Amino acid sequence: MSTLGPVFKREFKSYFATPLAFVFIVIFLFAMGAFTFYLGHFYDNGVADLTVFFGYHPWLYLFLVPALAMRLWAEERRSGSMELLLTLPVPLWVTVAGKFLAAWAFAGLALLLTFPIWITVNYLGNPDNGVILASYIGSFLMAGAYLSIGACVSAATSNQVIAFIVSVVVCFLFTISGAPLVLDAFRGWAPLPLVEAISSFSFLSHFAAITGGVIDLRDVIFFFSLIGLFLTANMLIVDLRKSG
Amino acid sequence: MIEIQNLTKRFGPVTAVANLSLRVKPGEVLGFLGPNGAGKSTTMKMVTGYLAPDEGMARICGHDIVADTIAAQRTMGYLPEGAPAYGEMTPRQFLHFIAGVRQLSGAAAKAATERAVAGAELGSVMDQPIDTLSKGFRRRVGLAQAILHDPEVLILDEPTDGLDPNQKHAVRGLIRGMAKDKTIVISTHLLEEVEAICTRAVIIDQGRVVADETPRALAARSATGRLDDVFRQLTTRDTAGAVV
Repeated sequence: MSTLGPVFKREFKSYFATPLAFVFIVIFLFAMGAFTFYLGHFYDNGVADLTVFFGYHPWLYLFLVPALAMRLWAEERRSGSMELLLTLPVPLWVTVAGKFLAAWAFAGLALLLTFPIWITVNYLGNPDNGVILASYIGSFLMAGAYLSIGACVSAATSNQVIAFIVSVVVCFLFTISGAPLVLDAFRGWAPLPLVEAISSFSFLSHFAAITGGVIDLRDVIFFFSLIGLFLTANMLIVDLRKSG
Repeated sequence: MIEIQNLTKRFGPVTAVANLSLRVKPGEVLGFLGPNGAGKSTTMKMVTGYLAPDEGMARICGHDIVADTIAAQRTMGYLPEGAPAYGEMTPRQFLHFIAGVRQLSGAAAKAATERAVAGAELGSVMDQPIDTLSKGFRRRVGLAQAILHDPEVLILDEPTDGLDPNQKHAVRGLIRGMAKDKTIVISTHLLEEVEAICTRAVIIDQGRVVADETPRALAARSATGRLDDVFRQLTTRDTAGAVV
């Protein structure tokens, strides 16, 4: 357990050792701003809330979070440091958790840096800050869920580009699993409970529930179970590779 | 103390290590020899817990590497093939990470790091990113990492590969200096190295032990009294097609 600290710290700092952290944060903030003000017509809406801003988060995460996660394991495998990492006396679950938490903390940092928009909206009017806080928490949880998918996919390959593309596709399916595009593929033949189960995996609907201002325990549990599920799969994939 | 019993590893149809058994006692420096692809690295990967054996077992200081991986890994220092490290880190940061993972902190970490740095003669490059270092220095960073916690068992995969003659001499001195109370296994292609530092030479070929003697006794097997003639005799017989 006490080895979690060093694993976390090394991974977190590694984002800042290259221009990756800087590029990611700049593009993240720029895209958030562009989406909110130009596509979302933040000013024209004339409403002092951040619904528009948070509405774009799933779509932005869809591309940016896999970019954050793709190197987590693929890079270790490619450079050979995987062998060093797995022969150090660190339980595998600590390594998996440490890497994930580092990436999640980094995503959280990027999210926190969007605070100027919160200041803006408070300057312009009297938004419901409780709803905004709930939305930030929801957005952070959703980022974690996307990250766990990305980490798991990254563990399966030594190629970061493959890790990125496959993660985006899997994340996309989870994002829109409540939409007709996915559900129509099942509706014809699958039993109704299955179709409902698939639709309940939709990040969009769980996130929308939270941005509505209510942090329902069910939505929180949904995101945490998904993270747990994908990190367990991540562990199994790393362990399977051991048996060559 | 390393006890290996009937260790076997197959990759698809190829048997990389076949029913290998060895006991290495403290005070021994075992030179692990064999042509490329003989199974040296695969054996080391299994003994250090990176690969899971298909059959057989390995015990390090009494800890089974499969059942009690972390305890076994604590007693071991390992330099993997190619000395992988985190290239964006400096040796100082990298060794700090290793010390943390080895659960050394404060004065103990400082003393251990200083000893390892002095042993591997890294003093002059402590603050340069590992990626920018020469092959020789990178190898020494890997060596410093392996000896940092003063382990009872040292497993070094080609520790002097890429070093110039002076550096080789220094590293051999370092290994000889540690040999008294440690169990050391080094793999190498340099037969003069075996004569210089090893108390025991094991030659493997196609995953099997074909010789296990003192370097002197082994050399005496050939009419010329030279180790490389014995090596060639023992390992080209049935791999003639592959070796040419």
